[in-house]
Amino acid sequence: MLRYLIKKLYIYILTFFFAVTIDWLIPRFMPGDPILVLVSRFSGLPESAKVMYGYLIKAFGLDLPLWKQYLNFWIALFKGDLGISIYMYPKPVLDVIAQAIPYTLVVLLPSILLSWIVGNYIGAVAARHRSLDSRMLPIFYIITSIPYMWLGILLAWALGVVLGIFPIAGAYSFSMRPNWSWQFVVDFLRHWILPFLSLFIVQIGGWAIGMRNLIIYELEANYSRYLEALGASEGLIRRYAFKNAILPQITGLALQLGTIVAGSIATEVVFSYPGMGYMLLQGILNQDYFLVQGVFLFIIIGVLLANFLVDILYMIVDPRIRLGLGGENV
Amino acid sequence: MKEFIYFAFKNTKFKIGLTILLFFLILAIIGPYISYYKDPLEYVSMSNLPPSRENWLGTTTFGQDVFTQFVYGLRSTFFIGLFGGGLATIIGLLIGFIAGYKGGLLDDLLMMLTNILIVIPTLALLIIIAAYLPYRGIGIQSVIIGLTAWPWTARAVRAQTLSLRSREFVNLAKITALRPLKIVLEEIAPNMMSYVVMVFILQFAGAILAAVGLDFIGLGPTRGISLGLMMQYSVLWNAIQLGMWWWFVPPGLAITMIVSSLYFLNIGLDEIFNPRLREE
Repeated sequence: MLRYLIKKLYIYILTFFFAVTIDWLIPRFMPGDPILVLVSRFSGLPESAKVMYGYLIKAFGLDLPLWKQYLNFWIALFKGDLGISIYMYPKPVLDVIAQAIPYTLVVLLPSILLSWIVGNYIGAVAARHRSLDSRMLPIFYIITSIPYMWLGILLAWALGVVLGIFPIAGAYSFSMRPNWSWQFVVDFLRHWILPFLSLFIVQIGGWAIGMRNLIIYELEANYSRYLEALGASEGLIRRYAFKNAILPQITGLALQLGTIVAGSIATEVVFSYPGMGYMLLQGILNQDYFLVQGVFLFIIIGVLLANFLVDILYMIVDPRIRLGLGGENV
Repeated sequence: MKEFIYFAFKNTKFKIGLTILLFFLILAIIGPYISYYKDPLEYVSMSNLPPSRENWLGTTTFGQDVFTQFVYGLRSTFFIGLFGGGLATIIGLLIGFIAGYKGGLLDDLLMMLTNILIVIPTLALLIIIAAYLPYRGIGIQSVIIGLTAWPWTARAVRAQTLSLRSREFVNLAKITALRPLKIVLEEIAPNMMSYVVMVFILQFAGAILAAVGLDFIGLGPTRGISLGLMMQYSVLWNAIQLGMWWWFVPPGLAITMIVSSLYFLNIGLDEIFNPRLREE
């Protein structure tokens, strides 16, 4: 059990190291000079452009030898220094991100968990009835093909503009300040529902397909046939099949996280929801490289943490790993 | 081969998938010739026009013709699916074959790299690369999508290669002193052909969705048009609030239909290649 955890941790630490290195490497070795691009906005003022250029070279530490730059990058990282945001000058990037994270999490976590539960349930039900299955499966595939932002746009248009039920931008009304009053919570939920729905719906398709395929596969396995031969009730066989099918779905949760995070970025952009994705868009549009780098790092950290949680969950659920008998993931 | 074609045209999913895909492919090819306007970015009409006889899908806020943008966007979509998905498939196949066939230290190293890249969200990686490219075309976009999308293919191909490697006919080939490259190409690869085709279809779909995501957050091609860019512009210029559905519905609908037709093709092919799954 411990061996399993240590092996996983080892991969995650390596991944983190790799990700930070990429984060450091890319601005320095990309074709073109990002600093020149940054400075180009001062093109009318050659004097200040020069000063700015000099400042930025110092700020990035580009005048130092490469190994030292790399070392400094790590040191700054551990001090929590991700630079100053240009878009929200003079706020440090860390503060900008800290402000955005809660908004991303309130949309992301419920949508991931609920769609996983609902999707698995629907998939298991579909696998039970052949006639239902042949009608549901195409629908699952269509749902899972919808680009996240398009569903968001459609929902915003249909429910927000045409029917006018929900607001379509921001996390709360402009006239309000975040507080714990009843009024604010209702307002917040009204803004939250559309981004949540669009993420929730698109994810259901994938889970349902996965569950449906796994259940059908398990029901064809030898142990199911054996149980059947013994005269076990259909309900009992299905319960065994479900227990076996849920394991790969948990692993799938870890593998899908990246795609879901990407989807949430696009969804936030549609609804101008002030989470990480929206910040990232602003960072890109304003060429705020520190912000882009910071968001990248935090997405990686978030995904790694979530992966680790999924691994622990897997360990609890799968008796083979819990008892150290070696499961499919060891 | 004949048998496969026979079953292919008996398979409903395959037929539906192929029909939808071909419809959009033909539209992408002939669209620019049948549209009245030649340049998707040119300001040709009044702005905010709903679909009419002159502008089949209406116009944008700037008076650009949406239909013209749509057909050119379809071209970019197919281009990225073909090249981005193709590149990802080739890299995934190579790494999977090498890791699975060679084994040992090389296998460990390649799989470590694969596992690391699987955990890192592809889009995050794409963002950080694309953000620093001052000029992006759909060519570059497909290359970076291809370079980041291969890991799960590599893992699956490696698993397949591992199971094929120890089969009798491979051992026989080894005894006859066939070179490893030849064994991989002539003995192992043909047994995986159906699988490779399906992987390519999935990568094709994945590349299209990845490109749309990139375009939408402002990292699309800096010149030209794509379906993702159309959606980005429509949102940036408040098409949702103004109810200009003709601007944002067609690109998303086309992507949804293309990607699901690819999935249908894929399940169809699975049933065609795998007799046990065939519909009665």
